[in-house]
Amino acid sequence: MAETKTYREALREGMVFGMEDDENVVLMGEDIGVYGGTHLITDGLYDQYGPKRVMDTPIAEGGFVGAAIGMAMTGMRPIVEMMTWNFSFLASDQIIQNAAKVRYFSGGQVKVPLVIRGPNGGGVQLSAQHTHSLENLYGHFPGLKVVSPVTPNDVKGMMITAIRDDNPVIFLEAGALYGTKGEVGEGDNAVEFGKARIAREGSDVTLIAYGRQVNLCLRAAETLEEEDGVSAEVIDLRSIRPFDEQTIIQSVEKTHRAVAVQEQWKWFGVASEVAAIIQEHAFDSLDAPVMRVSGAEVPAPYARNLELAAFPSEKMVANAARKSLYIEEK
Amino acid sequence: MSEGKKGAVATKEGSERLVELYRKMVLVRAFEDACGRGFRQGKIGGYLHVYTGQEAVATGLLDAYREGDRVITAYRDHAHALLLGATADEVMAELYGKGSGLVKGKGGSMHLFDVDNGLYGGYGIVAGHIPLGVGFAYAQRYTGTDHITQLYLGDGSVNNGAFHEAANLAGLWGKDGMCPCLFVLENNQYGMGTSVGRSTAQEDLAEKFRAHGVEAEKVDGMDLEAMLEAGERLTAQVRETGVPYAIEAMTYRTVPHGAADFFEKYRTKEEVEKWRERDPIGLLEKRLVESGVEEGKLDEYKDEAKEEVQAAVKFADEAEEPDISELYTDVYVGEDEYLGSDNNGGNE
Repeated sequence: MAETKTYREALREGMVFGMEDDENVVLMGEDIGVYGGTHLITDGLYDQYGPKRVMDTPIAEGGFVGAAIGMAMTGMRPIVEMMTWNFSFLASDQIIQNAAKVRYFSGGQVKVPLVIRGPNGGGVQLSAQHTHSLENLYGHFPGLKVVSPVTPNDVKGMMITAIRDDNPVIFLEAGALYGTKGEVGEGDNAVEFGKARIAREGSDVTLIAYGRQVNLCLRAAETLEEEDGVSAEVIDLRSIRPFDEQTIIQSVEKTHRAVAVQEQWKWFGVASEVAAIIQEHAFDSLDAPVMRVSGAEVPAPYARNLELAAFPSEKMVANAARKSLYIEEK
Repeated sequence: MSEGKKGAVATKEGSERLVELYRKMVLVRAFEDACGRGFRQGKIGGYLHVYTGQEAVATGLLDAYREGDRVITAYRDHAHALLLGATADEVMAELYGKGSGLVKGKGGSMHLFDVDNGLYGGYGIVAGHIPLGVGFAYAQRYTGTDHITQLYLGDGSVNNGAFHEAANLAGLWGKDGMCPCLFVLENNQYGMGTSVGRSTAQEDLAEKFRAHGVEAEKVDGMDLEAMLEAGERLTAQVRETGVPYAIEAMTYRTVPHGAADFFEKYRTKEEVEKWRERDPIGLLEKRLVESGVEEGKLDEYKDEAKEEVQAAVKFADEAEEPDISELYTDVYVGEDEYLGSDNNGGNE
């Protein structure tokens, strides 16, 4: 049975599933309790579970993320909300230097079953300091898992998996899509990490994305079908670390062409990693260079038209695909 | 400053206890001396921060450790590991980078962990570990135990945001009895080579805790009996109330900051000499002799400690390096094979 729910509702449902399952699962974050969460993700949970399990924190990310790491090392399973991932820079010492590494430098004596979640990326005119996509930053560090669900079903299922995971999970939500709807599996619909989803089957070119760019790729694929008779396959990576190389390689072996799409800046991003993996493992299958579509190399602007111009568009994706097919760009 | 309730030596039982603790302190001293030699010989790599001069602080307070309590500290952590029950062999083997080391050769001097004995780590980033310890304390109450966390930090850490954010959380959670954390600020007067006076506007460091709603007192960190008294009294109080408390232990490292700090340009020989006169081991010796313990006996204990450490050095020297396959273990729980192990293969 699947019901239609918003991304926001599905996410909350995943957390509640985890809290019902294990009383050591607690929520922490700025304004997540009495206020209900600035994005209303935790709305109602303070009344339901009380202040010891739904903890309002001071506006001091390093302190409360560090405390959550300490809790996770010693018997609890906290889920910490970053009001937005932009604020995680203040907690990056804790996330990178402690959460990611403590298992290793303790010789395996401790584990850190921690989830840090919140909206990632931009798209709602929050300008430079509130618009960042951090998958490449956190994806760089061994010891962290990094996931980026885009469908309501995945956000619930991947949250359930994240809570059960004994490792620190960086849970990057498609913040601009909290209100979007989709079918969500009932009960335990856990989604395994490290398995990409083929969001659309196709045979001529592979479009590879994650987060809200997946939807962009799906729309571009429709356009390509209608205007150019091109059949595009769309891969939703879902998870950045672990990374599903196989699904990408197999798809490219079928289509011989690939476009990697990301909202973040081009240099040193996930799309670069995708391109590198394809050339390492599927070079002989390629009929064209792997294309990258990325955000403009500028701090995010405020004005609507400038912000739209700063992020990948459906047109940019379609044209990148056309370029790889050596057909005329539009 | 707390005077400490002296008089433990007045009874035979008290005297025996102090002698036991004396033996621990001279073991720590001998261990740290051997570390210096190991470093100069190139057997110990990386950074090396020894505890010489500060022994009374951890020795006195960890005497109040109860099974289930947790201890977390920064990078000057050898003494804490030894006092909690790690063997000199295990700790020295770690410093020598051997597979039989306390953390399998993956952490070295700054990252000693001995979870079975309550040690949840040495950490290398100044102040970075403080929030973790506050989290331990919350978890102890949340999971319904009466255990506490002893959280050691240095004077250099109190100017860092992590200290203030964590102290605020401790004070806040303490209002509901949810933070059984005993902060132990080891004020050895220098953060590396910069004195408290040159780095801290508010030089009364106990005040920094009070500003966050955490009560605090200063204790003479060179006086084992003062530390013992404070440890007994305050761990019991924190255990009972779940309210955090801070000890500012006034102490001094009578050796350089780290193994690379050769010249000590930031302090005078006279200052160091003055503090050596208050060396915690020397003070305790005087006290024990006054109470009737034979000096010869104390020398025997020192010799025994040196022998134990010599054996640890031999053990560490002869131990095997970690197997190269250990490179990829302990990154993730359960699935070390994913990502990387066949990527580069490691550099054998």
